Amino acid sequence: MTSVLYDAPGPKARRMSRIISYVGVAVIAVGVIALVLALGAPKTSVNGAVQPGLWDLSHWDVFNDVQVWRALGAGALATLEMAGVAAVFALVIGVLFSFGRASDAAWIRVPTTVVLEFFRGMPVLLMMLFILLVFSTGSFWAGVAALAVYNGAIIGEALRAGIKALPRGQREAGLAIGLTPIATRLRIEFPQAFRQMLPIIIAQLVVLLKDTSLAFVVGYSELLRSMRDLTNFFGNRYSFSFFFVVLVIYLAMNLSLSWLARRIARRSGPEPTH
Amino acid sequence: MDAVIDNLPVFLEGFRNTLGLLVISGVGALILGMIVAGLRISPVASFRGFATVYTEIIRNTPLTLILFFCAFLLPYLQFSPGYFTLAVIGLTVYTSPFVAEAVRSGINGVHVGQAEAARSIGLGFGQSLAFVILPQALRMVVPPLINVFIALAKNTSVAGAFFVFELFGAARQVTNDRGDRVLAILLAVAVFYLLITVTLGVFAGRVEKRVAVLR
Repeated sequence: MTSVLYDAPGPKARRMSRIISYVGVAVIAVGVIALVLALGAPKTSVNGAVQPGLWDLSHWDVFNDVQVWRALGAGALATLEMAGVAAVFALVIGVLFSFGRASDAAWIRVPTTVVLEFFRGMPVLLMMLFILLVFSTGSFWAGVAALAVYNGAIIGEALRAGIKALPRGQREAGLAIGLTPIATRLRIEFPQAFRQMLPIIIAQLVVLLKDTSLAFVVGYSELLRSMRDLTNFFGNRYSFSFFFVVLVIYLAMNLSLSWLARRIARRSGPEPTH
Repeated sequence: MDAVIDNLPVFLEGFRNTLGLLVISGVGALILGMIVAGLRISPVASFRGFATVYTEIIRNTPLTLILFFCAFLLPYLQFSPGYFTLAVIGLTVYTSPFVAEAVRSGINGVHVGQAEAARSIGLGFGQSLAFVILPQALRMVVPPLINVFIALAKNTSVAGAFFVFELFGAARQVTNDRGDRVLAILLAVAVFYLLITVTLGVFAGRVEKRVAVLR
């Protein structure tokens, strides 16, 4: 699309664009280096003491300690555990929501729609606090329940859109061969809609994985809490180092899941005809 | 119910701060996101690469971690303009790649024939973008953009966990005072949030319908 917007570059324009590109790289590189140097510059605190810059080894020596890695690993595992349990429940709730929303009976469809809109419009954090305080479930299940309900509502909407996007003939054919309406939905429509919506569902699971960090606020000890605890234990001097490592761990987890989503999207993109 | 009515001023102050966070960081994210989207479709490869890396990193970082950086590490790095401003910075940065993606998909959604037509009547890159592509793209971008802002409205609650007194902070404070009326208090706060999100959602639906007629 963008290639339509400008002419195929000739020699002059190509030279020009190469120059701009180099200048762009230089500008970005200078910006990044300036940022890195600014972070690394020694600072004078209010009382006159000089602290070494953030890249100084004295900020990173804690990572020689196995216990630090063990704490971070435990935090990452707790994050993945919450995300895994919540993802299973979110999928189940999403399927139920999509069936309710696509139902022919108004007495099922209308209440489901209202409940679903309510869950979609609420902040996850408020739901976590709500479940924690009202049902006193403990922070793990409060986090799991809020994440499952919220993401289940969104997955349900995606599945419903998938069911709606199917050609009418699919449903008619199912009914014509004598399946009940429920069997048609379960065995004909739902598998196709699920396949079609799989990339969106996985993208939503990335959101779920990111949102487990909210459970930090209601007191669940996951990765972010490990970071906070380690910073409190070893002192503020290490706060940036711990932040940096935790950021890398989160990025590694989320980017690999996003990459998986993209792969599946490419594979299930154009429907094979059979 | 009395717990809600007695604390109405607290809730209203929280609501005002939530709206403040939403509007200020919304405008900020709109500006930053447009710039990132511009870089992302620019002819210069290095700008495209930078915008892509920026989008991928920010989108895959939890908001809590970003606000953590703003609330604790920026002050440690001797930049402390107050928690409200820090939260606005965090929310702006976190929302900007989502705005950029919405704008970019809108620009990609304009039919290629439009761009070809603009080029064939002799408009340059800037002209065809400004007079042909963007006016159409912006119209298509509005519904997904509103969805981004709905998400932002909900995300402002995370700022409440980092010392900003908005609706979630108000909920926490009042539930601490009146532990016997937790359900009523939380439902009241939920109503305030739904007031924002449902209004925006209805608005988005309307716009979508009007755009559908135009296409």
